[in-house]
Amino acid sequence: MPVLVDESTKVICQGMTGGQATFHCEQAIAYGTRLVGGVTPGKGGARHLRLPVFDTVAAAVAATGATATLVFVPPRNAADAIIEAIRAEMPLAVCVTERIPVLDMVRVKKALEGAKTRLIGPNSQGIITPGQCKIGVMPGHIHRPGSIGIVSRSSSLTYEIVEQLNVARLGQSTSIGIGGDPVYGMGFVDCLDLFLDDPETEGVVLIGEIGGSDEEEAAAYIAGRKPGKPIVAYVAGLYAPKQRRMGHAGTIDTLGGGDAATKIEALENAGVCVAASVATVGAEMRQALAVRPHPANLLDG
Amino acid sequence: MNIHEYQAKALLRRYGVRVPNGQVAFSVRAAGDVPKKLSGNAFVVKAQVHAGGRGKAGGVRFVEGSEQAAAAAADLLGSTLVTAQTGDAGQRVHRVYVEERCNVVRELYLALLVDRSVGRVCIVASDEGGEEIEDILAQAPERLQRVAIDPDSGLQPDTVRHLAADLSLSGGAAEMAVPLLSGVYDAFIDNDASLIELNPLAVTPGDDLVALDVKMVIDDNALMRHADLEALRDEVERDAAEIEARRYALNYLKLSGTIGCMVNGAGLALATHDLIVQNAGAPADFMDIRPEATRAQVATGFGMLLTNPNVKCVFANLCGGGILRCDTIADGIADVVRDVGLPVPLIFRATGTNADLSRKVLADRGVDAMFVSDFAQAASLAVQEARGVA
Repeated sequence: MPVLVDESTKVICQGMTGGQATFHCEQAIAYGTRLVGGVTPGKGGARHLRLPVFDTVAAAVAATGATATLVFVPPRNAADAIIEAIRAEMPLAVCVTERIPVLDMVRVKKALEGAKTRLIGPNSQGIITPGQCKIGVMPGHIHRPGSIGIVSRSSSLTYEIVEQLNVARLGQSTSIGIGGDPVYGMGFVDCLDLFLDDPETEGVVLIGEIGGSDEEEAAAYIAGRKPGKPIVAYVAGLYAPKQRRMGHAGTIDTLGGGDAATKIEALENAGVCVAASVATVGAEMRQALAVRPHPANLLDG
Repeated sequence: MNIHEYQAKALLRRYGVRVPNGQVAFSVRAAGDVPKKLSGNAFVVKAQVHAGGRGKAGGVRFVEGSEQAAAAAADLLGSTLVTAQTGDAGQRVHRVYVEERCNVVRELYLALLVDRSVGRVCIVASDEGGEEIEDILAQAPERLQRVAIDPDSGLQPDTVRHLAADLSLSGGAAEMAVPLLSGVYDAFIDNDASLIELNPLAVTPGDDLVALDVKMVIDDNALMRHADLEALRDEVERDAAEIEARRYALNYLKLSGTIGCMVNGAGLALATHDLIVQNAGAPADFMDIRPEATRAQVATGFGMLLTNPNVKCVFANLCGGGILRCDTIADGIADVVRDVGLPVPLIFRATGTNADLSRKVLADRGVDAMFVSDFAQAASLAVQEARGVA
């Protein structure tokens, strides 16, 4: 099976009764996602989108057997909603909320230690296994079922590269947005681990950007694991405009890392094919697979 | 949100952090009056801008008495300070801080920040501080101490005592380290800071620890719960267009090139920027349309690109996502063209949700855009068009 979510995944939405959440839940249902209910404190017992609404995640899990939650709660309460999902031992939480205060995410990160929950996001487009399950805000129709795993820090770049893979006649096994926030749940290494173990994933696209050290950690992991599948990467921000700075801490914090050139060098040294340009990622994956052809990679027409 | 040194010092003082006595001044006369309210005759007059590196750039003046303080303020107020952190344009000085000079035995570096690699607040410190700190640590990274703090238990005194020893603090200064760091940590958490930097943190002849300079940044995402801190905002040094853009759900950074870029999504915007530079072009801006942007907000952004006299062509690179649809953006663009025309070539590339519809909207509404579907071709065409008109 693909990674983390498939056609059997039962999903609830925290904050389902909100305007944006309603729109995206309708989209998810139309896509075929098994949405089984929602959680909005104070609205337990109501129905929304012809689904039951619960006051708590625990009640929703008990009644529906959900194994994944889409956290669509405004920034002020989003961290508390994630922590509620963690305490309810929800196996997968996907948070699309943008602009959560970073110290709230520090609390969430602590709550995730030793917990049974995997968190995707926040500030993520979510996760999709094409044709089976979509948990998030990505446009479902651009995706094609196939054998390329995608793990990305940028939603807009993910859509761009999905389109390129389609042009290269390569479908996707699962696409995961790890989100653009400084403190977040699953990282590149966690996702690579799943994709490299997944027999249906034949190649992985990794989309990084400047800042942080997740790309460097991914490079170290890949160098140690020596994967038997091609990994094609792109790192955005090689010529990023210089930001004005306040103090020295930002520079000190990233001594020996953080910029695109350092990340690209680390990935190349680990044997990753780093695309020469953002426009060639799909073609370079096609080429990398051609070296070790596999009929399952190719889409019809 | 960056706050000024004098604002950060006032805030830290409430948490028991020792800082020199001082007062802010917006005029030469006020600056000359400050020393009369302070003790001693030795003062420092410091330009208040949101950037470091002020000392080397001449933004920090050591003076004796009121007259010299006023003279230093006359020199600084209204001047433009260009430091290693301001960018070439520099920042205009609208206020100065006048404070008592402090005798110093030794200078340390101390900062609290959110360490994204571990997802925790982290103390970063060095036994030597000052403006050369980046060079010092690049040469000798082992002099950097780094301690992550468990958010549940908070900062424990024994953690500070170990750190103090690693920083070669002893006696009274080592004892002072515990209340100092507890105060800074509490200030960090209470105010949703993303950075508090004390550099230098001075050891005085009396074995005291005094923060001679403070940089503090508040997490923009947390300002919703800090109305009091919002009042500290000073945007006078920001580009007017950037301030306007923020009101319209746009991330906008003005640059010096000729290709006006309008992109939805920060990652795609970075990638578009990279591809233009790889094609030997120069972006005039970095503009990322937020997913929640409305047609009117898109129109404001597009209008801003057209009013920039450096812009020789516009490259709109759009990927319709779950929330923002390409036709919304096309309508926003067409609204502007209807009102002011299209003075420069427009390269329009759209994929994702309602991409076809967006092209139809532009065509039906008479916008003479060049439609390109391939990313590389679109970027290359934008560079050619910018050269052609120039």
